[in-house]
Amino acid sequence: MPDSTRRQRLLGVLKTITDKPIPADDAESLFESGLLDSFALPDLVSALEAEFAIKVPDRDLNPRKFDSIARIETYLEEHGA
Amino acid sequence: MSTAFLHAFGAHLPTRVVTNAEIAARLGRTPDWIENASGIRERRWAASETSVADLAVAAAEDCLQRAGIEASALGLVIVASGSAPPGFPGPAATVVARLGLEGTPALDLPMASAGALFGLALASQLTERFGDVLVIGAEKMSAILDAGPLDPNTAILFGDGAGAALVSSRVGRWRILDAVLHSDGQFRDDLAFDWASPLRMNGLSVIMHASRKLPSAIEEVLARQGIAAQDVTAFLLHQANQNLLVRVAKALKVPPELVFSNVARYGNTSSASMLIAAAEWSRENPASGAVIFSAFGAGFHWGALLAQSV
Repeated sequence: MPDSTRRQRLLGVLKTITDKPIPADDAESLFESGLLDSFALPDLVSALEAEFAIKVPDRDLNPRKFDSIARIETYLEEHGA
Repeated sequence: MSTAFLHAFGAHLPTRVVTNAEIAARLGRTPDWIENASGIRERRWAASETSVADLAVAAAEDCLQRAGIEASALGLVIVASGSAPPGFPGPAATVVARLGLEGTPALDLPMASAGALFGLALASQLTERFGDVLVIGAEKMSAILDAGPLDPNTAILFGDGAGAALVSSRVGRWRILDAVLHSDGQFRDDLAFDWASPLRMNGLSVIMHASRKLPSAIEEVLARQGIAAQDVTAFLLHQANQNLLVRVAKALKVPPELVFSNVARYGNTSSASMLIAAAEWSRENPASGAVIFSAFGAGFHWGALLAQSV
């Protein structure tokens, strides 16, 4: 279920990680769009943990889970954030 | 209290220097792009006729000379390599033969980047039983590059070389206080090589896991011994990528200059890199304070080892 507050917080996290424009398409790959690179991804995961008070376990450290705004929102929703 | 001590380190690097300019055009990258992405300016590649065992023996001889002992004093030899040719026996048998040892046990660890760390940790537990243990990490990564076309993002990284360490129950320069080792095979396909196809590396996954697991393992072993990261004299890590080394320092909240780096000159030499770093660091610095060894590699395997100057 869409959660506008969670979405705004997520976009805020992305803006702290990168100064590049956020893709308009929620399904667009954040890596292929150039928003994130391999070294920004760990920063993103750590920032999500801090912002949403969650712990991303090692088994979830799969880049595909954080590949787009839509996927990140799904992950956050599944983990009660 | 551990009764294992680090006495000396050794290293061997092939003489041929391969600059970013030499490989850039072939990989469709620029020399500056390679350096920005990895911190690597050049690497060493061995001659085609040079084997992993050749590199290992040269590092072993350097280490034994610095330790001031003869090879005949060794009770066990451990050789880590992810780039030794497939099949058996592994390079350890060749190494002990070339060192003139008959009957001394020799163990291969076909583990790639974390191999030397696992070898050190094993040696710290085995030295009371076997006597002096020589741990070697030796890699001919250029052979892997020759085995098939690689993603340019991967092909820029690798170099050849070997490092060695002598672990003994006799009192030496550093006492090994503790070690933590971990493996998680669910990510084994994210960094793999089988000689039948090109090396596969999911760079996003490898960097994400390494960025978290290296600091975590270091903090784990330090916490077990009640030592703060800020009290560590030097961090001798697997030299994977300069950006990763800086990230580990940031995560540990220590100055980046405490994380020794020679990745600009040698690239990523997999299991050899941590011991090559230790060899260079120990020549330039007195043995004082706490030292961390840490590595992460294919498997995934990772961990950290803590030593304290005597």
